[in-house]
Amino acid sequence: MNIKTILPIVAAILLLLVPYLAPSAQLLVNLALAKGLAVAGVTVLLRAGQVSFGHALYFAVAAYSGAFLLAAMPGAELILVLIAGIVGAAVAGFFVGLFVVRYRGIFFGMLNLAFSMIFWSILEKFYHITGGADGKRLPRPAIFGEELGRHDFELILFYVTVVLVFALGWFAIRWLDSPTGQLFRTVKTNETRLEYLGVSPQTALLRGYMLSAVLCGTGGILMGIAQGVVTPEYAWWVRSGEMVFIAVLGGAGSVRGAFIGAMIYEFVRVYAAAFAGDVWQMLLGAFLLVIILFAPRGVIGFLEDIRLSRGDKTEAGR
Amino acid sequence: MNMTLFILALFDGIAYAAQVFVVALGLTLIFGVMRILNIAHGSLYAIGAYLTVTLTGVALAAGAPPLLTLPLMLVSAVLIGVILGGPIEWLLLRRIYDKPEVLQLLVTFAVFMILEDVQRLVWGSQPYFQAAALQSLGNVTVFGVTYTVYQLILLPLVALGLLIGLRFFLRHTVIGKLIMATTEDREAAQSIGIDADRVFLLTFIVGAALAGLGGALASPTTSILPGMGADMIVLSFAVVATAGLGQIGGAAVTALMIGLGRSFAVYIWPEAASLVPYLIMVLVLLVRPEGLFGSPSARKI
Repeated sequence: MNIKTILPIVAAILLLLVPYLAPSAQLLVNLALAKGLAVAGVTVLLRAGQVSFGHALYFAVAAYSGAFLLAAMPGAELILVLIAGIVGAAVAGFFVGLFVVRYRGIFFGMLNLAFSMIFWSILEKFYHITGGADGKRLPRPAIFGEELGRHDFELILFYVTVVLVFALGWFAIRWLDSPTGQLFRTVKTNETRLEYLGVSPQTALLRGYMLSAVLCGTGGILMGIAQGVVTPEYAWWVRSGEMVFIAVLGGAGSVRGAFIGAMIYEFVRVYAAAFAGDVWQMLLGAFLLVIILFAPRGVIGFLEDIRLSRGDKTEAGR
Repeated sequence: MNMTLFILALFDGIAYAAQVFVVALGLTLIFGVMRILNIAHGSLYAIGAYLTVTLTGVALAAGAPPLLTLPLMLVSAVLIGVILGGPIEWLLLRRIYDKPEVLQLLVTFAVFMILEDVQRLVWGSQPYFQAAALQSLGNVTVFGVTYTVYQLILLPLVALGLLIGLRFFLRHTVIGKLIMATTEDREAAQSIGIDADRVFLLTFIVGAALAGLGGALASPTTSILPGMGADMIVLSFAVVATAGLGQIGGAAVTALMIGLGRSFAVYIWPEAASLVPYLIMVLVLLVRPEGLFGSPSARKI
């Protein structure tokens, strides 16, 4: 058994026990996992060497899709709200993806940024539809027709989140290792060879882009339901920056790292805010600088270095 | 839309474009020379505005005439460039020039986060107003529309002066030519004895000072409050990307396009005002990925 098998099993057991061992941390862990899904979306694109500075778009599209559904159908089923969010993100990812997959590097990042800022402006200014800066409420959805109390609902939502994290995380890892995923990863190393092989890098990138949008969207809708409200801030560029930041913190390109990164980030954020009040952002920025300057491969890279120095060289360099 | 409103929108657009251009100029200069997209640029802009308001307040309290507040803007800009810009390049950016793009972006993002809190610690979160510089120059009436001399004449003149000045500096002075040579080929430049480290340091200081100057110039026309840096950075990104990264003259044209587009939207369809710059950016980039004035780069195989 290597670390890549043990890690998820240990993580799963720990997560399942959270509501019993540390109930006060349940909501925080829930939000961190939702954010982790979004970060996993950014991570998938990093595998193709592309940095999106606008993925908060899918986070927000999904959350607002859920909010609109709940406004039209009060007390809709949780599963229906989740599907609405994910479908919303997938559709948006497809249409934006059609345009952005033609670009690489800084232009890819920029164009994504522009699309997310357009959506942000719409959310902010067309307040008669979107609720403006106050956002939209997401009333608690029903589960199998039952209107649950807050405690029970949050418990179920927590487990739904855990299941989705493992299912989608596993799928993303498998997809990246699949033939399509390998093509997708070749966009980073040698795109021209793909064309020589008669493969369209654009199509490969679009598929990966849709996957990343769906991961991000799932995170967004879960976050929206957990918080009970969505605001235009969900689509704000600083959110996108935060996602890239967490992706690098966990280990750029590692799906597992995305969740580790999100967990560390949320805990540092919450405790920095509790103990340092006004300067939490400064602490987080300093923390980020230290990571980039001294451990540019993130937490996952750091763990691998430790493993390598112990002489276990079987599965190096991923 | 009647004639008066049209002229008003035109003047608004020109004044706004001049402000944005000064900030975008610094951003595009830094990118052009150093290949770094500086997210902290927005914070330097905001701190430039705060510093100007503070210095102006001190000067006025000491009995200085309102006209003296104008040179104070230049003082703030230089202070921002030297005190903030210099150390950022020297302590941080210097370590990451050979790292992947995403890490470079994140270093400047981290600096942005740190500076946002520095600004909040020093100036708090209440808004500031200081319009002494705006009032000191009085008004002018053109085509039956009364407008401030500061916004209609001074701002565009400063923007134009910087555009011409910077182009002259880069093409016709020795230091400017050294910068251009380093941009073209860093290794070759170093091999003939150019100190590339100093060129980068100087460029970053100038770029940061331009961000500070942009903030200083904007300070008398708006209220200064937290979040203004984050707003400005995306807007100047839009200008710079639409023009083509590193295109100095192009940035002037796109700043004008975006400034006018936004100010006409304010009068015609106010909800869309903040949307227009990004719409222009998307439309341009879809047709010309390298920006309006950028040249397509050769494909690497």
